[in-house]
Amino acid sequence: MAASAPRQELLLPVRPLFMWATLLAALLLNLLPWSGWLAWLKPDFAALALLFWIVREPQRIGFGTAFAFGLAMDIGQASLFGQHALAYSVVAYAATLLRRRLRMFSADKHVLQILPVLLAAQLVVLLVRLAGGAASPGWTWLVAPVTGALLWPLVWALLLLPQRPRIDPEHPI
Amino acid sequence: MENVQQPFFHRGPTPLARFLLAASLALALIAADGRFGYLVYLQQAVAVVVHPLQQIALFPAWVSGRIAGFFTTQSQLAVRNGVLEQQNLLNQAALLRLQALEQENARLRAMLDSRALARPGALFAEIVYSHRDPFTRRVIVDRGSSAGVAEGYPVVDAEGLVGQVTRVFPWSSRVTLITDKDMTVPVQVMRSGVRGVLYGTGTDGQLELRFMPFSADIQAGDRLVTSGIDGTYPAGLPVAVVEEVERDAAQMFARVLARPATGVNRYRQVLVLAQPAPEAANPGMDDPPPAARRRSRKAG
Repeated sequence: MAASAPRQELLLPVRPLFMWATLLAALLLNLLPWSGWLAWLKPDFAALALLFWIVREPQRIGFGTAFAFGLAMDIGQASLFGQHALAYSVVAYAATLLRRRLRMFSADKHVLQILPVLLAAQLVVLLVRLAGGAASPGWTWLVAPVTGALLWPLVWALLLLPQRPRIDPEHPI
Repeated sequence: MENVQQPFFHRGPTPLARFLLAASLALALIAADGRFGYLVYLQQAVAVVVHPLQQIALFPAWVSGRIAGFFTTQSQLAVRNGVLEQQNLLNQAALLRLQALEQENARLRAMLDSRALARPGALFAEIVYSHRDPFTRRVIVDRGSSAGVAEGYPVVDAEGLVGQVTRVFPWSSRVTLITDKDMTVPVQVMRSGVRGVLYGTGTDGQLELRFMPFSADIQAGDRLVTSGIDGTYPAGLPVAVVEEVERDAAQMFARVLARPATGVNRYRQVLVLAQPAPEAANPGMDDPPPAARRRSRKAG
């Protein structure tokens, strides 16, 4: 059992500037003019970044940020106003529930725990839109959560990078 | 009563309570936007905040376009110039004929004592985003209310009708394409003059002419143009070409499928036609008609 738990490591405190910069960068990645098959393969970067920061820094990032990012996405993507806000609220709630559990696993074992979260957010949006009489987007609608979950270990490693202490070889402690 | 334990850490409402609050607020927004078309001002405020981000997001595509343009060879440009000149000549000839016809039409209308046809002005716009929302068929163009675009204006390109402006922001606007599930266009068969209503199907490149009787004079290859009887679209714009006519005796009506005359993927530039008096836009689920919105604003 001990083998599956990640090695405990001491991390530096997060810099708020870095946190907000990555959140904005994720929103920018979402707003890039994706087209063709890339458009449906593209994971929801903002959802991934929000999930990461709510898991890591629940005191700073929470429902308010998730909701605001959702509204920005709705306008940026010309979707129904409130649709992404609802999806990101689901993500924020799941992140607060998963927060303690994820710390017991290494990042590659998070994938199967993140996948249902992203799928749930996507399905909630699908149900709301279909209830409102929109046309079905087809099976490709469910591809993005899978690529998002597969990208998660990379997101985890990248966003934790600035918090890893640099060890001076001259003075290890 | 006295042994009520104070929480050790003060955390505010539980995550479930916060989630329920956020979710119900989001659902309220969805209902307000989707059903009633409220919150236009809130949306415009968010749009103003998001606009710089969108501009930054479009920057890489702009740079790559500029770099590609830099490496265009002179011979390519010369060929393209030749093609455009030829096209221009043809257009000029057509325009001359049109002017003559317009004058004749005006004289005839004056003789008949009927209202003169209003000539729509046109605004040049460029598509910045296409197909972001997989549930609808919409694009975002780079002209908004600051350039004079208003809700209900039809949008065309070089080959025909593209769609209709359904929401206006200060520096951009949303155009719902004719292929959207909630779009309908009143059309006329160019060959026989039969009128009908063309419905979007929600899939790219497919339209359906519904409620056509079996006896209607329509066949594959017929060109459909706007009939102009709705007051939204000017008459005579090419809309679609009939692809298939199915006359199944078990059905009430003939099944007529058509393909749009234009493809948004083909062009980036479009023209927004400024109508003198834009009437009710198409009632989409997410963008209700401006007329209804105006009424509700007055009431509220």
